[in-house]
Amino acid sequence: MIRVVLPAHLKNLAHVTGEVRLEVTGPAAGPVTQRLVLDTLEAQHPMLLGTIRDRHSGKRRAFVRFYACEEDLSNESPDAPLPERVVAGEEPFIILGAMAGG
Amino acid sequence: MSGVRVLVGTRKGAFTLTSDGRRGDWTVEGPHFGGWEIFHLTGSRADPKRLYASQSGGWFGQLIQRSDDGGKTWSAVGNDFAYSGEVGEHLWYDGTPRPWEFKRIWHLEPSPDDPDTVYAGAEDAALYLTTDGGQKWTELTALRTHPTGPAWQPGAGGMCLHTIILDPVNKGRIYVAISAAGAFRSDDAGASWLPINRGLRSGEIPDQDSEVGHCVHHITQHPSRPDTLFMQKHWDVMRSDDAGANWREVSGNLPSDFGFPIAVHAHEPETIYVVPIKSDSEHYPPEGKLRVYRSRTGGDDWEPLTKGLPQSDCYVNVYRDAMAVDTLDPCGIYFGTTGGQVYHSADGGDSWTPIVRDLPAVLSVEAQVLP
Repeated sequence: MIRVVLPAHLKNLAHVTGEVRLEVTGPAAGPVTQRLVLDTLEAQHPMLLGTIRDRHSGKRRAFVRFYACEEDLSNESPDAPLPERVVAGEEPFIILGAMAGG
Repeated sequence: MSGVRVLVGTRKGAFTLTSDGRRGDWTVEGPHFGGWEIFHLTGSRADPKRLYASQSGGWFGQLIQRSDDGGKTWSAVGNDFAYSGEVGEHLWYDGTPRPWEFKRIWHLEPSPDDPDTVYAGAEDAALYLTTDGGQKWTELTALRTHPTGPAWQPGAGGMCLHTIILDPVNKGRIYVAISAAGAFRSDDAGASWLPINRGLRSGEIPDQDSEVGHCVHHITQHPSRPDTLFMQKHWDVMRSDDAGANWREVSGNLPSDFGFPIAVHAHEPETIYVVPIKSDSEHYPPEGKLRVYRSRTGGDDWEPLTKGLPQSDCYVNVYRDAMAVDTLDPCGIYFGTTGGQVYHSADGGDSWTPIVRDLPAVLSVEAQVLP
């Protein structure tokens, strides 16, 4: 079970409160990655398509950040394995809007 | 008694203002989508309960929201605004080529006949169509791939397609306007496009007879006179009586012919309204006086309408999609300001009253008459 924290605007959009819990099933024996988590999140909440990453390139939107285990994973490869504690459900994968404008 | 619903898009959400046909007491609801920019909030003439909102923001991009119950509940529908085929390039501000890049939807224009059919105008300029209530959007590519496209340049607000007019008489005829490419007309439902900018004079470009490059701010049309168009350009108020083939200036005695919105009275096709703004570098009214100007002669001869509007120390702007009329009798006129006021007149512009004073900056105003 992967725990995902959404920013307030995307919680409203997805009609969720609190954390989103995802059953992530990747390729057999493959790592749990940022891409896999986001694919699963968007499949479960299709209204989030295009709000976190570009629908076609898959690139993270400029003012969206990914944090976990007190690390900024925003610029990690989307295919890099996520930290063990995120995969184990001990720590959330945090999606948030960058400090920008307003 | 019929009623009115005014749909207001702002920098930080959407609001609906409703009243009965007397238009004296108003109920304000919102914000919907608080914190998001609502570039345009509009309703279907075929089904007044069907509303569409263009919701966007710097963090999370573009969404389209749809309501089937007059704004009580909303659902996010499709937001996949892909450019079809080869993306191509236009000119950037510095004159270098730059690939088309989708940024947001500026304007939504529902079909008068079918609530599921809607046209959408994008930045960077492109025209999209949905026929399933917004689930799927398809680009009408002939506009973006027009041979003049590589010469189009953005205005200060971006290269936005902000005006869409679906001709009520000549089916298949569509007018659009793009800043700062100009106006275009299709007579075949978007399969091909003709630049219609002859007669426009724009000091910002070197060739006054250029086919494109004119910064058109808004165009309006009265449904009973489909070949007559009124335009507020960057500078100059213009009119055409031949479906855009030729334009002539009708700025007349306006204190400034710079501005953004232009509207036509619902029952008097030669009565038009503009809000003069001092200049393109000073986006506020001349002399700090917020004045709507009305012409009852289709231009040239204008009168200031000031009753109920601030006549000192007023430095707000009125954006291009932020003025609308209702179809009641007398005709109601509405406009919203960057200061968050939405003013209305229930007597054709003779007097004005604020419905609300303190909304976020208003981006768009539309008026629906309810059964």
